[in-house]
Amino acid sequence: MERLWDLFLASILSQNIALIFILGMCSLIAVSTSIKNALNMGVAVVLVVTLTAMINWPIYQLLILTNTTKLALLVFIITIAATVQLLEMFIEKFLPKVYNSFGIFLPLITVNCVVLAISLFFMNREYTFAETTVFAFGSGLGWLLAIVLLSGVRIKMKEISNIPKGLRGRAISFIILGILALAFFAFTGIGSA
Amino acid sequence: MKLLRMKYTKWFQTLKNGISSQNPILISVLGICSALAVTNQVENAIAMGLGVTFVVIASSSTVSLIRNFVPSKIRMVAYMVIISAYVILVQMFLEGFFPTIAKNLSAYVGLIITNCIVMGRAEAYAIKNPVKYTFIDGFANGMGYTLVLIVVASIREILGFGTWLGLPVMPGSWINWVVLSIAPGGFFIIGLLAWGLRSLTKTYEE
Repeated sequence: MERLWDLFLASILSQNIALIFILGMCSLIAVSTSIKNALNMGVAVVLVVTLTAMINWPIYQLLILTNTTKLALLVFIITIAATVQLLEMFIEKFLPKVYNSFGIFLPLITVNCVVLAISLFFMNREYTFAETTVFAFGSGLGWLLAIVLLSGVRIKMKEISNIPKGLRGRAISFIILGILALAFFAFTGIGSA
Repeated sequence: MKLLRMKYTKWFQTLKNGISSQNPILISVLGICSALAVTNQVENAIAMGLGVTFVVIASSSTVSLIRNFVPSKIRMVAYMVIISAYVILVQMFLEGFFPTIAKNLSAYVGLIITNCIVMGRAEAYAIKNPVKYTFIDGFANGMGYTLVLIVVASIREILGFGTWLGLPVMPGSWINWVVLSIAPGGFFIIGLLAWGLRSLTKTYEE
């Protein structure tokens, strides 16, 4: 239990998937234009990451048994694409309200590298099923935290500061992210992966 | 005279767009995960850049070849399968011939699949254009990506470790800028480069 708690804290703070491992940057920078969008995208990522990791883990065990782990990449990406597609159809049909708020972000998630990365990480680190689930959920939350922080700072900066022309828009996000990443280094030592 | 005329051919334009005016990393802000994560050493940057270039060229050409036979509804899945096949090829090649680099890059090689540049070129260019232009376009975008990676990695390795491609280049009294060898350094350097290139090409955003 303690081990899982350690892993959970580490995946949110000291091993933050966005700011320490630098993954999922394309959508992080593209969607962080308003806090509402950022929050919706973040929730969608938490959902998809946790779900796909839980599906990919048993499939990976099957690949180990049949000695075809070389194909893991191909199998993972197909599972992810299929899961996202199913999830989108399911939400559209049964939860139209939720669909309207973050449905459009779902297809984007297929190419968000966080999702595939979580599957590759549990493979490389040989996690058990419980560890995989906790790690995936925590990493999703960590990503959510990062995108909300970034969009908050970006909006404030747009309102009150005079940014040089060439840095406006997406370029300034790099500088903000750099400072955020430095701040997250202060969490080093909390939990362990 | 011949050089001057070359400037107006489609070949030249495609090449120029990919490398500077539509540079995938600095202008379009695509494929930055790997650009930030693997650029603390020049060696890794070169391997990653060439890997991505190969995958972009190969997958775009394949998509372009089959563009008239694939129904548009399932084209995304088709891209995924094509791209991951080539990525597995790159992964096996690195593991076989350059095991240390493969170990350094670890999961990031597999993540070429979700590199937006590869998918982006397939969707934005290869699906609508004949193979010969697609080939040039893939090459130009791959090179635009590789060049930025090498520049960023050179700055980070020289200032962060005092070496270039593993050879010491800084005087003995040099104190390493540790911040450049960890993740935030990548963000700062790419941010500053984007600022420079955007000011030069006058591509501004609101």
